[in-house]
Amino acid sequence: MDFSLSTEQREIRELALKFARNEMTPHSQEFDEKGIFPTDIFKKAWELGLINTCIPAEYGGAGFSSLDSVIIGESLAYGCMGMNTSFMANDLALLPIVIGGSDEQKKKFLTPFTEEFRIASFCLTEPGNGSDAGGIKTTIKDGGDHWIVNGEKMWITNAGHANLFVVYGTIDPALKHKGISAVVVDPKTAGIELGKKEDKMGHRSSDTRGVRFNNVKVPKENMLGKPGDGWAIAMSTLDHSRPLVASSALGGAQRALDLSIQYSKERVQFGVPISKHQAVQFMIAEMGMKIEASRLLVHKAAWMCDQGLKNTEIASYAKAFASDSCMQITTDAVQIYGGYGYSKEYPVEKLMRDAKLIQIYEGTSQIQRLVMARELLK
Amino acid sequence: MNIFVCVKQVPDTETKITPTSDGSFIETASIKWIMNPYDEYAVEQALLIKTANPAANVTVVRVGSVKDTEALRTAMAMGADDASLVEATDNLDSYSIAKALKGAIEKTGKTPDMILAGKQAIDDDCLQVPQILAQMFNLPSVSVIVGFEMNGNTVKVKREVEGGALEVYELSTPVVLACNKGLNTPRYASLPGIMKAKKKPLAQHSLADVGVSDADRRVKYSGFKLPPEKPAGKKFDATDAAKQKEVVSQVVGLLRTEAKVI
Repeated sequence: MDFSLSTEQREIRELALKFARNEMTPHSQEFDEKGIFPTDIFKKAWELGLINTCIPAEYGGAGFSSLDSVIIGESLAYGCMGMNTSFMANDLALLPIVIGGSDEQKKKFLTPFTEEFRIASFCLTEPGNGSDAGGIKTTIKDGGDHWIVNGEKMWITNAGHANLFVVYGTIDPALKHKGISAVVVDPKTAGIELGKKEDKMGHRSSDTRGVRFNNVKVPKENMLGKPGDGWAIAMSTLDHSRPLVASSALGGAQRALDLSIQYSKERVQFGVPISKHQAVQFMIAEMGMKIEASRLLVHKAAWMCDQGLKNTEIASYAKAFASDSCMQITTDAVQIYGGYGYSKEYPVEKLMRDAKLIQIYEGTSQIQRLVMARELLK
Repeated sequence: MNIFVCVKQVPDTETKITPTSDGSFIETASIKWIMNPYDEYAVEQALLIKTANPAANVTVVRVGSVKDTEALRTAMAMGADDASLVEATDNLDSYSIAKALKGAIEKTGKTPDMILAGKQAIDDDCLQVPQILAQMFNLPSVSVIVGFEMNGNTVKVKREVEGGALEVYELSTPVVLACNKGLNTPRYASLPGIMKAKKKPLAQHSLADVGVSDADRRVKYSGFKLPPEKPAGKKFDATDAAKQKEVVSQVVGLLRTEAKVI
C-alpha cells in the first residue's frame, strides 16, 4: 500500500494551490459579498488546465485520473469554495457526456471545451424534485426529426453563463426511472428562459438560477445513449462527481484549519496565545483528525474510480463525511475566532456559510446515508 | 541564442526556521522548498526573450541538494528547455556557488549569450552570486533590473537605485543580469507544462565534476541561531495634561540613553 502522491501530482497540487492563494482568495470575500461571477479567474484557471479535468486525452483533455481531479478540486476549493462550485459544475455537466456519449458526441461536445473557454451546466434538479431525482417532471417528447423539451429546472449552477446544458427529462413519467433520458442542449435555443440569479447564503459568486424549457427543440443526435438511459448515466456521473464534491469540502476544511492554527497562535487571552488553552487545542486536534480521515476517503473513492471499481458506497462515505466534517470544522473555526469570527471582516464566517451547501448539493448528507445503507444491507 | 537562468531553491516563505541542535545549519528535513521568488522574474524574462527569438534555448542551472528538484522542474514546466543540477549541500558560500554555476554552464558546451538570475536569494540574502559569476566569466553585469529591452545584440536595462530613481544601461551581449520584482509578471507553470517537463533533460553533476572543492570556500558559517526575541515595548501614560511635560522628557531621555537613537 502506498499513500504517497506522484511527483506530478505534488506539482499539480502546488500549482493549483498557488493559483488558489494568488488568484482566488484575494477576491473571494468581495465576490461573495457582491455576488460577482468569477469569469476572469475561471478563464485563467482554464488556461492553466485546471478546469474540465474529466475530459479524456483523446478528446483534447489532459487525461487526468479521478485522483488528479480531486487533488485539483481540493486545492481550488482552498482558494474559494464558492468559485470552485462554478468550476466544478463544468465537470459535473461534461461527465454525463464522457460516461454516456458516443464517440461522435464526445468530439462534438467535449473537444470545444478544450479549445476555448466555455461554461457548462448540469440540469437535473427541479422545483419539486431534489433528492427524489427519479420523479423528474420535465418531459422529452419525440417531435419527429427532433426532441421537444418542456419543464422547469431549479438550482442550476452556471446557468446564466453556460454555453452548454445537459438536461435530464422523462420520455414518459409512468416509466419512472426507466423513462429518464439526457440530452445536450444549446442554451441559446428558442424557448429557454432563465430565472433570476438566486440570492444564496453562501457560494454567492457562483451563478445559480432556475431554467424553464418551453417547447425547446433539440436535435435527435443530442441524446446521450438511448431514451431511458438517463438514470444509469446520472447515477454513474454521481459515482464520479461525489469524490470531487467531497474534495471541495476538504479544501474548505483545510483552509479553516490553517486559519484557526494561525489565529489561535496570535490571539492572546489570559496572558497566553489561545492555542495554549486545551479547549482550543481539542478543537484543532478534532479538525486535523477529520480532515485526514476525509482526505483518505476522498482519495480512496477517486482511486476506485480510476481502478474501474464500483465506488458507490465509498463515494457516499467520502461525500457525507467530508461535507459534515467541513461544516463542523468551519463552525469550530468561527468559535475559535470568537466575536471576530462572526464578522465579515474575517474569513471564517464565509467558510461556515459555504460549508453548508456541500452538505446539501450532489445528494444531501441524508441521501448519502440512504445510499450507504442500501449498499450495506443489500 | 543560449540563455542560462540561475535558480536557487529556498525554504517556502511560510517556513518556520529552526537551527540544527549543533547550530551548524538550519533543519532542512521538514522544509517545503520553492523557487527563489526573484529567480522567477529571471525565468520569466528568459521565456519572454525566447518568445521573441524562438530559436533561443533556455537552460536553468541550480546548485544544491538533490532530494527535491522542485525549482528546476517548475522552471521547465514554465517553459525552459533543459536543466542542469550540481549536487551540493545547501549551505555553500556565494563564491563556491558561482564557481559551480560557471562549471555547470561550461559543461553544457554552449557559450552563454545571456545569464539571468534573481537579484538575491530570500534565504541568506547574500546578493553576490550574479556579480561573482559575471566576474568569473569576465562579462558586463547589471543588478536590480526592473526594465529590459533587447535589440539584436544590444540590451537596454533599467536599474532601480535609491530614492526610486532609475539608471538606464546599454550593454552588448553576452551579459549577466540580476532581476528584481517589477521586471515582469512570472507565469504559472500550466498543467500541460508540468506533464511536458517530465520529458525534458536534466543533467546532473557533482561539485568535483564542475571543478569545485572545499578549498574554494571563502566564507565558512560559524553558527546559526535565531535572533533574540524582541522585548515588549514600553507604554507611557500622558493622558494627564499636567504630567505631559515630565513624560515627554522621560521618553526623550530613554531614547537617548537606552535606545540610543537620538
